[in-house]
Amino acid sequence: MHIPDGYLSPQTYVPLYGAFLAIEAVAVGKVRKEVSKRSIPYIGMAAAFSFIIMMLNLPIPGGTTGHAVGAALIAIILGPWAASLAVSVALIIQALVFGDGGITALGANAFNMAIFMPFVAYFIFRLLNGHSLKKSRVVVASFIAGYLSLVLTAILTGFELGIQPLIATGPDGRALYAPYDLSIAVPAMALGHLVLFGIIEGLVTALVMYYFYRSESQMIYAINRGGAHE
Amino acid sequence: MPLTGEEPMNKLLKRIIITLVALVLLTPVGILLPIFVDAGDAWGEWSARTVAKLIGYVPQGLAKYEGIWKAPLAGYTTGGHDTSIVRQSFQYLISGVIGAALALIVAYIVSKMIIRNGK
Repeated sequence: MHIPDGYLSPQTYVPLYGAFLAIEAVAVGKVRKEVSKRSIPYIGMAAAFSFIIMMLNLPIPGGTTGHAVGAALIAIILGPWAASLAVSVALIIQALVFGDGGITALGANAFNMAIFMPFVAYFIFRLLNGHSLKKSRVVVASFIAGYLSLVLTAILTGFELGIQPLIATGPDGRALYAPYDLSIAVPAMALGHLVLFGIIEGLVTALVMYYFYRSESQMIYAINRGGAHE
Repeated sequence: MPLTGEEPMNKLLKRIIITLVALVLLTPVGILLPIFVDAGDAWGEWSARTVAKLIGYVPQGLAKYEGIWKAPLAGYTTGGHDTSIVRQSFQYLISGVIGAALALIVAYIVSKMIIRNGK
């Protein structure tokens, strides 16, 4: 899901850089307003968690590899704005230090995994769970939020890749950037996430949320809104 | 419940750190498992060479942009193509430790600079 350099045309990566930076600027203000100092160490750990879980590549035998992102869990526990900050940090380090995801594509990757995904996950969790503290409901809503948010993020990524042949094709008809069109890119990106990686994201989200539900439910942003001391 | 001040590291933070350390130790699985079941690259993350094999040519833009950035630990390795699976795993693990520590420190500093709400 980390788009490398050379896969997106400037017509795609420049606007996505702009969108990422603009929304991240809003996130800074929101986090300043609604997150307390006690959350600072947790934001650090969330970034580390996201970094590590993205290294745990899982294979589809004979096919491709993929991984969870952790953004759903972070969005539910710390809120979507703090999650976008934490996951952005992980993605920036992956691109700059480890070459995972391109420099030109960093805005797109961060828009997908650090903005779109945590907000989708948060929205789905709130839709399904509301402020409920019923164990089964919290766990099921967490799984679905993790699963669907990763699958939808993969589809968004497939969409960004799939529009490239429409945007940028040379006079000889050859693609200038990502070569596969929407009819290939979207299903290809969706498949692995539907059958495996999304399930991992869902399970991790549900498992950790079960722990938080049992011993730290007052910390869960999506249930308490505003955190431990509202 | 005390609402202000730096608290000593609590039980939850300790548990999270232990979990993160365990996850870092697991990272070599992320490189070994794909090798063992013969899975390829993540979809849409191929090198220009692999793309040429797939479609018969290297798209101009890909040729132009690939390698635009030389990451110091590109591919979560310390450089070169090491054929030893043991060394590959070890480099991957070390990359995990470095990356996770960097992510933690940077996110901590950034949020410390942003957050002023002492409650």
